[in-house]
Amino acid sequence: MARIMTGAQIVVQALKDQGVDTVFGYPGGAVLPIYDEVFQQNDIRHVLVRHEQGATHAAEGYARSTGKPGVVLVTSGPGATNAVTGMTDALMDSIPIIVLTGQVPTFMIGNDAFQEADTVGITRPCTKHNWLVKDTDRLADTIHQAFHVATSGRPGPVLIDIPKDVQFADGEYVAPEKARTSHYQPRVKGDIDLITLAVEAIERAERPIIYSGGGVVNSGDRASQLLRELVAATNFPITSTLMGLGCYPASGKNWMGMLGMHGTYEANMAMHGCDLMLCIGARFDDRITGRVDAFSPDSFKVHIDIDPSSINKNIHVDVPVIGDVGHVLEDVLALWKERGSKTSAGGLDAWWRQIDAWKDVKSLAYRNSEKVIKPQYALERLEALTKGRDRYITTEVGQHQMWAAQYLGFEEPNRWMTSGGLGTMGYGLPASVGVQIAHPDALVINVAGEASWLMNMQEMGTAMQYRAPVKQFILNNERLGMVRQWQELLHGERYSSSWSESLPDFVKLAEAFGCKGIICKDPADLDDAIQEMLDYDGPVIFDCLVEKHENCFPMIPSGKAHNEMLLSDAAMSDAIDAEGAVLV
Amino acid sequence: MNALHLKKGSSKHSAYDLKNPLGDHLETHTLTVLVDNEAGVLARVIGLFSGRGYNIDSLTVAEVDHEGHLSRITVVTTGTPAVIEQIKAQLGRMVPVHSVHDLTVEGASVERELALVKVTGTGEKRVEAMRTSEVFRAAVVDSTLESFVFEITGTPEKIDAFVRLMVPLGLEEVARTGIAAISRGT
Ligand SMILES: Cc1ncc(C[n+]2csc(CCOP(=O)(O)OP(=O)(O)O)c2C)c(N)n1
Ligand SMILES: [Mg+2]
Repeated sequence: MARIMTGAQIVVQALKDQGVDTVFGYPGGAVLPIYDEVFQQNDIRHVLVRHEQGATHAAEGYARSTGKPGVVLVTSGPGATNAVTGMTDALMDSIPIIVLTGQVPTFMIGNDAFQEADTVGITRPCTKHNWLVKDTDRLADTIHQAFHVATSGRPGPVLIDIPKDVQFADGEYVAPEKARTSHYQPRVKGDIDLITLAVEAIERAERPIIYSGGGVVNSGDRASQLLRELVAATNFPITSTLMGLGCYPASGKNWMGMLGMHGTYEANMAMHGCDLMLCIGARFDDRITGRVDAFSPDSFKVHIDIDPSSINKNIHVDVPVIGDVGHVLEDVLALWKERGSKTSAGGLDAWWRQIDAWKDVKSLAYRNSEKVIKPQYALERLEALTKGRDRYITTEVGQHQMWAAQYLGFEEPNRWMTSGGLGTMGYGLPASVGVQIAHPDALVINVAGEASWLMNMQEMGTAMQYRAPVKQFILNNERLGMVRQWQELLHGERYSSSWSESLPDFVKLAEAFGCKGIICKDPADLDDAIQEMLDYDGPVIFDCLVEKHENCFPMIPSGKAHNEMLLSDAAMSDAIDAEGAVLV
Repeated sequence: MNALHLKKGSSKHSAYDLKNPLGDHLETHTLTVLVDNEAGVLARVIGLFSGRGYNIDSLTVAEVDHEGHLSRITVVTTGTPAVIEQIKAQLGRMVPVHSVHDLTVEGASVERELALVKVTGTGEKRVEAMRTSEVFRAAVVDSTLESFVFEITGTPEKIDAFVRLMVPLGLEEVARTGIAAISRGT
């Protein structure tokens, strides 16, 4: 029996049938019919953000912390263009979000109508796929396809542009089970011959390292579980990219800390000196590799990735396994047991001794102060005071983000939401709101820089309206700290526009929003202040005044190899040459 | 000196320097891509090439399966072996793409292009143009007392050669379709 509905009803029905419970959005003329339907039901909760960029980041936070796709609903023209940054962010970090945009009626498309923008044209390069639906009969099917595309293979953002007349017109509803099966079915099982080569390499290796990434999170909890089993079975050391933190617990004995530009000394040195690199769900990004032609010169490289285009893109690998991390690790472990495999115990002992020697360098050590709060210290205290709690962390972008990755420990996947690939300042606050909406009873903290935080601070209004008790932990150095660090390193200490002038009084700002404001500048008061933040039942803006000129170490300067890391300020002068200076 | 006792500025290379063991020489490949014939699919493919800095030497597209709404894109591109591999992988992961074949490496194939060539002139030049067209088995599809339009089909090289010969004989305009290609045998 055909079910005839209006386009707007089809949208809401399709979302319900896809299991959507929350939509982040902002209304406008071109989506009013859909908003009208949203109003007349109770299964889907609509969260009114304060800016469409906020909706996209909130949906990313929701998606990253639940493993389910996030949904965004915005109007045509400016609503759609405001969502572009969030879609690009989701594309770079492989986060599944579905963005529904209103569009001017089909008969006005191309006429420069009020609030018309070529939304599918603008968003083609920043979505995994997008659709303009011109026929109400195609709407349900397209929405189901969109969920399929966003969540299968390498996840990512998709967009559906829906003209207003299509929302008003009647059409046939198709349920998800009845929708067309898409030919888009990325392969999830890895090639068993290649997996066998990988297992043989694991048996042979004397200086192995596991380099895991965000693909493990995307693959689901089972993948993290299998990753832990692999580490336990092999006793291999493991490091992770920024995006993969938590898949292996920070308290695990084989954990080496994050790798890459601001990774630990031991992780980067082990990447450089290993004889076997198992890259699992990571993509050899330039923040990880540093100088490509000096990257891990002597290693046999195995790469597990669901996206064939990640293979051999930056780094040539010996064994490319195309498949879903969970499926591939399942096969690796099965084969491992079936063969009664063993690792090269003698070789591994010597390797661990070498790693321990690198660990002794204590690359995350910093000089603490009794007078001023060091940002690293603030994070160490935050970590200590929140240990064991059901905790989710989001971040903005800058030094504070790197310090958060270095000094906070993640025990589980989906607990760490950060903008890695795009590096979007303004991500953290809306993302924290999205996370909190998905996990109302959890502790959600946005570790922020004062400059980034201002970029989407309007979302405090959203937090207040929906009683999302997010804690905004702002490491306020009154600087665009990461920019300042690069200027110190590269541009003769000429600090061009890299300080935060005319900052608001964050405590008064909190009061203006109706939430709690806390300011802290004395290390002696810090614990109590953090505790006050944690104990407060509602959103908090915490203005943590920290050392203004602290630099983030270790650091692999642009254009350098892993073993050319800088460990402290003393090493910084002239560390980057002219060629390195052109890199970002 | 830094903590590792490495000389300052010891690096001369860029982190974005994609040195690939597959080699740095340029190769030209003909790819055929089967895609859903949906709105914007060509823009998507072209956007991929421009957005990632790949070359397009030739590109043709037309529907080949009306029932199945499938179009076939033939694209000729030039790049290092690593870039060619990337192009194939990037095309292959696009949602509307059904298959990608590299005719240059997947056995023998035939390539054809069609061109319409307008030549104007009178007297000896006109006669010479006509004679040359016969050698190339070009057909005359339009003629006036002072002009011909030739239709020529063949490999791109054959068309290049014909067009070159027409230059001194009064070449006015050329319209080329770009390459259509298909594998030989079964
Ligand atoms: C939207 C956007 N604009 C500019 C940048 C470049 N950028 C990277 S970090 C940074 C400074 C961030 O300052 P703050 O948020 O205070 O963090 P801090 O580095 O001081 O911890 C800037 C401007 C960016 N990443 N994103
Ligand atoms: Mg700052």
